[in-house]
Amino acid sequence: MATKASRAAARAMISPSVILLLGWMLIPLLMTIYFSTLRYNLLMPGNNPFVGWENYTYFVTDPAFATAIWNTLLLVGGVLLITVVGGILLALLLDMPMWGQGVVRIMVIAPFFVMPTVSALVWKNMFFNPVNGLFGHIAKALGLTPFDFLSQAPLASIIGIVSWQWLPFATLILLTALQSLDSEQLEAAEMDGADPVNRFVFIMLPHLARAITVVILIQTIFLLSIFAEIFVTTSGGPGDASTNLTYLIYQESLLSFDVGTGSAGGVIAIILANIVAIFLMRMIGKNLDA
Amino acid sequence: MQPTFRALLGATALTAVAAAAQAQTVTIATVNNGDMIRMQGLTQDFTEQHPDIDLEWVTLEENVLRQRVTQDIATGGGQFDVMTIGNYEVPIWANQGWLTPLENMPEGYDANDILPAIAGGLSVDGTLYAAPFYGESAMVMYRTDLAEEAGVEIPDQPTWADIKTAAEAMTDEENEIYGICLRGKAGWGENMALITAMSNSYGARWFDMDWQAQFDSPEWEATLTDYLDLMTNYGPPGASSNGFNENLSLFQQGKCGMWIDATVAASFVTDEDESTVADSVGFAQFPNKEGVDNRGNWLWSWNLAIPASSDATEAAKTFVAWATSKGYTELVAEEEGWAAAPPGTRTSLYENAEYQEAAPFAEMTLNQINAVDTKKPSVQEIPYTGAQFVAIPEFQGIGTAVGQQFSAALAGQTDAETALSNAQRATQREIDRAGYTD
Amino acid sequence: MARAVTPRRKMLNTAVAWIIGLLIFFPILWIVILSFKTEGDAIRTPLGVLTSGWTFDSYSVVQERSDYFHHFWNSVILSVGSTVLGLVIAVPSAWAMAFVPGKQTKNVLMWMLSTKMLPPVGVLMPIYLICQSLGLLDTRIALTLILMMINLPIIIWMLYTYFREIPGDILEAARMDGAALKEEVLFVLLPMAVPGIASTLLLNIILAWNEAFWTLNLTAANSAPLTAFIASYSSPEGLFYAKLSAASTMAIAPILIMGWFSQKQLVRGLTFGAVK
Repeated sequence: MATKASRAAARAMISPSVILLLGWMLIPLLMTIYFSTLRYNLLMPGNNPFVGWENYTYFVTDPAFATAIWNTLLLVGGVLLITVVGGILLALLLDMPMWGQGVVRIMVIAPFFVMPTVSALVWKNMFFNPVNGLFGHIAKALGLTPFDFLSQAPLASIIGIVSWQWLPFATLILLTALQSLDSEQLEAAEMDGADPVNRFVFIMLPHLARAITVVILIQTIFLLSIFAEIFVTTSGGPGDASTNLTYLIYQESLLSFDVGTGSAGGVIAIILANIVAIFLMRMIGKNLDA
Repeated sequence: MQPTFRALLGATALTAVAAAAQAQTVTIATVNNGDMIRMQGLTQDFTEQHPDIDLEWVTLEENVLRQRVTQDIATGGGQFDVMTIGNYEVPIWANQGWLTPLENMPEGYDANDILPAIAGGLSVDGTLYAAPFYGESAMVMYRTDLAEEAGVEIPDQPTWADIKTAAEAMTDEENEIYGICLRGKAGWGENMALITAMSNSYGARWFDMDWQAQFDSPEWEATLTDYLDLMTNYGPPGASSNGFNENLSLFQQGKCGMWIDATVAASFVTDEDESTVADSVGFAQFPNKEGVDNRGNWLWSWNLAIPASSDATEAAKTFVAWATSKGYTELVAEEEGWAAAPPGTRTSLYENAEYQEAAPFAEMTLNQINAVDTKKPSVQEIPYTGAQFVAIPEFQGIGTAVGQQFSAALAGQTDAETALSNAQRATQREIDRAGYTD
Repeated sequence: MARAVTPRRKMLNTAVAWIIGLLIFFPILWIVILSFKTEGDAIRTPLGVLTSGWTFDSYSVVQERSDYFHHFWNSVILSVGSTVLGLVIAVPSAWAMAFVPGKQTKNVLMWMLSTKMLPPVGVLMPIYLICQSLGLLDTRIALTLILMMINLPIIIWMLYTYFREIPGDILEAARMDGAALKEEVLFVLLPMAVPGIASTLLLNIILAWNEAFWTLNLTAANSAPLTAFIASYSSPEGLFYAKLSAASTMAIAPILIMGWFSQKQLVRGLTFGAVK
């Protein structure tokens, strides 16, 4: 039904956002690439000579680099696993008949509205702190030694905080998808004698596939650049136990003010993010072609 | 309209325009430390004296503040007219030409009254580039009641062996009393301030004369081993995330037997409103290792500086002079009592009988500050100046990287040996790249 | 949707759901409780906290120290401004992609989403320098534009998936009836698109409100929103749990309340095309 004229009109309607996003992507990207080839430290103003690949070599040979990549993957993977599995379970629960469903739903989605800095500060001080935190108090009341979350299990603690923030998002999308499931289909299966597990695996899960893909896609975009939670709670430590790629770049560019190396790190992060993006698109492409 | 009347109107309009042009806005970037927050609360006194100057405050947590002001000044951003910076930054930034020299301060400012050790750290070629707001060294603060109960005595000039004995005796984990609280949170201005000062008192140095990192030296090994030993046996849980603020809070709650940290803490731990242990705090000098004539050489001051990129230099200078003047000290004394006066900057404060009366820690603080030699923080030969830091621009990055290693060792994720060899490698890597060893 | 279940089963569901809901909500509840305590009481054991007296002190201290309403107002302007601006640009694009899809539409969409993967720390310096040379540091305009750019891909994506669910037949029918393009848009499509636009608006206001990297790095005194307000209460000297709780409550309450009141609208469009 699309005529030539309507195609032209469509192009005109799309172009503002394409041009804006292209500018938003290209200008900083080109500047970052340019900076990454210079010896450019804010604290030592000079003529910023061209150094070729030096910044890249320096960034990649940093002993923390491999750890940072690994931590980034663990962080993204861990949070995705918790939020998707937890989201499905919560969605199933919330889909069941109960009293006060609205109130429960409000409580479950609340963490999504809390700014990352606030939630990190609150978890760090009011809960994880072994002396004054709530978990510490509970452990002491039970006669146990308080567990020091942020130094003994830094990455796991951060995964916990981030999962708490994103669980509501996953739950909401999965719940909406679940509610759109044709109940006759379920009833028919029930009559055929399918037990709950079978009903879940063969009817619900396939129906949720699209929703799960969407959750993974959107969350991955946000999780790859997690920063505030790490900055507030552990500053990437102890050692480099909770340093992700974003935090490593922060250390170079805003702690040492080495813009050159920081930019090299930025370019590497962009490349890695795009690799992840291609993976995701393959996956999404398959699932989203309606 | 009568011509005279019209002229009058015009004149009024002109005056209004002139007044508007004169009203200047001074944007002040500062840390969320207690003394600065107090200053913010007292600004009414300033605005009454200077109705033509508007003050805008940007109060941020230390790390965020440091990043924001460094970024602004290095790019000539000009967002701030007054910056709160440390004595680490002042000489480096002054050499880059980023700061406005504080010459011709208003009459009665009396720059000669500033403690020589502090003024020395803020001057380049005899010119003052920042005005000290408060200054500090480090000392031992301890609970006299707990020491008595445990039957230990902490001498005025303790050694690290004395500290260990006392920590052991005072620790009572059942009642949540930990013999010693020290900084463990990674950062060049957090755990590395303490550990560097401690290493100075052990006779260690960061670099030898050829800029080779010295973490493989026996002195550093002794420093770190003893630090870890003290903290794992007698320290509070979660120490690897404790910085100055966290330890202050623990001490105020009565959970620390001893706390070795900045002298400025003395006024907080003896403040009856904030501290549960206010009436039983004793003070001693920073410890040394037996046989090493060095008590840490910790010297820090928070200072107000005016970036060269400011467009309200004169108004900013007026504010800086007000906030670091004797008059301000008196204002604080009047409003909150002498003990709350910003310490460690002016000789006159320490000669004031009322202050000596109100602040039992005054003498110890002054002695400790005067004892510091920033030209020679270590007993060994060194190519750098500094105190609990090395005064080179790269130190922020290096210090924090090393701090991360030591923090990991404190958390039990690596041992002292690995932490030291990692620190050695990271430091040498940075320092080679920066061209010091060429 | 309600399937018939035994009352016992329903009771069990209710109990489990409420316990889990309360657990998830608890951290927020806890900061609200702590914000009404004195500093000394805020660090006591849970029982000590609950049995101690209540006070508004922390709120007055926080308000005295920092001008909450200035920051609040900045947050409102930045989040609403950036989202509305984003919608103005995104609606035509998403519209065209949904109703006149071409071969490249899906790729263009994916490319748009991938621009969100640019790590902010990596590009802070370029953006900072650009803002500085244009004299846009610490201005609301710069931040509004940046927040708009950050969220634009999400806005387009959400709208696109929503518009696609609008059946094309209706358009055909309207056209048959001789409706002009203007009428088609105003009377047929707009009413159907409103829930999707509303939900997009809400979600992106939330995302912009909570954005804490750019809003902290490009502001000083004039345009700093609530994220900067919070940065002055993290780890100050001495006891701070009560003040931090009060500041946190003040920072999240507006968006939390907005979210609760509009959760139906928010949820309705929050499918990202996940529901066929």
